[in-house]
Amino acid sequence: MKKNYNFYLTMFLSTFFISAFTFGGGYVIVPLMKRKFVDDLHWIEEEEMLNLIAIAQAAPGAVAINGAISIGYRLAGLLGVMITICGTVLPPFIIISILSVAYQSVKGNLIIQLILQGMQAGVVAVVFDVVITMITPFIKDKRVDSIIILMISIILTAVFHINIGIVLLISGIIGIVLVKRKSKI
Amino acid sequence: MIYIQLLLSFIQIGLFSFGGGYASLPFIQNQVVTKHHWLTMKEFADIITISQTTPGPIAINAATFVGINVAGIKGAIVATIGCVLPSIIIILFLSILYYKYRGLSFMDGILYGLRPTVIALIAISGFSLLQASVLPNSSNTHILQNLDYVSIVLIVGALYILRKYKTNPIYIMLGAGIIRLGLYFI
Repeated sequence: MKKNYNFYLTMFLSTFFISAFTFGGGYVIVPLMKRKFVDDLHWIEEEEMLNLIAIAQAAPGAVAINGAISIGYRLAGLLGVMITICGTVLPPFIIISILSVAYQSVKGNLIIQLILQGMQAGVVAVVFDVVITMITPFIKDKRVDSIIILMISIILTAVFHINIGIVLLISGIIGIVLVKRKSKI
Repeated sequence: MIYIQLLLSFIQIGLFSFGGGYASLPFIQNQVVTKHHWLTMKEFADIITISQTTPGPIAINAATFVGINVAGIKGAIVATIGCVLPSIIIILFLSILYYKYRGLSFMDGILYGLRPTVIALIAISGFSLLQASVLPNSSNTHILQNLDYVSIVLIVGALYILRKYKTNPIYIMLGAGIIRLGLYFI
């Protein structure tokens, strides 16, 4: 692949359109990126793509943004990162900018309020659906250590109001210890 | 000053939300509602609702929304930059490590420990949203009289449909919104 004007433009447009039409966040966007950059453009090998996605999932932050960063870096270094980030961030940025102006003017409107209230009930259901889906493998595989970490995390944050960053730090360290001990056995 | 506050807040949101998507909820709530009072819990619930029906990650949507409301379009840009900055630095660092050593085994351990905590945090956030939804006037002491029974029915129904039919969440939310509106006029 030649790194000319067209190459950078394709990079920008690919990420822009994937981001603009992806509802439902990271778990949908990553396969779309794979299809575009591996299957359509043949810019990245399949296996390397899987590793880039693993990196995106290992780092904090939105998986969609992280995927854009690791792909951008792989394709064109820092400049690539800037291009793919702009492509991924701009669609939601533009849409929410417009909507938040609209939101301020319809905030008191009864019909909008009712629709939002109903949708909010839907969001609650969606969040708990995600939680149930994420917990299920722990229970199925009887991963007692994970369940204990989960319980303690809930108690530390909800009851004792310990800073979330500290709770994450502790559980990360516990994770390293647990995985090290398991690999020794 | 407000720009620096926005930047620092959203750097923390970007830095700590391991797992992406819903994992960023508790951090956004903590910074934006609890600490800085940029949004009320109701506005927060609204923005989460809106961002579920528009493309893009929740954290980016929230950054844009909060930034604009607090300090206009410049605020939105600053908050969005803050949100992606930690990702850029950490991914670059991990990528360099990966291309140098072709392995990231220590990350497995960190993720193994973080995953349950992330789920715990999402669940806690879910309970705040649940409270905002079924008990909109939490200041009122008569809890039973204040319960929003329509919301309770909608939540239970929506969760049942999601678990049973794996329906696309967008349809679930739009459906719940339309039902709520329809019930009012009956």
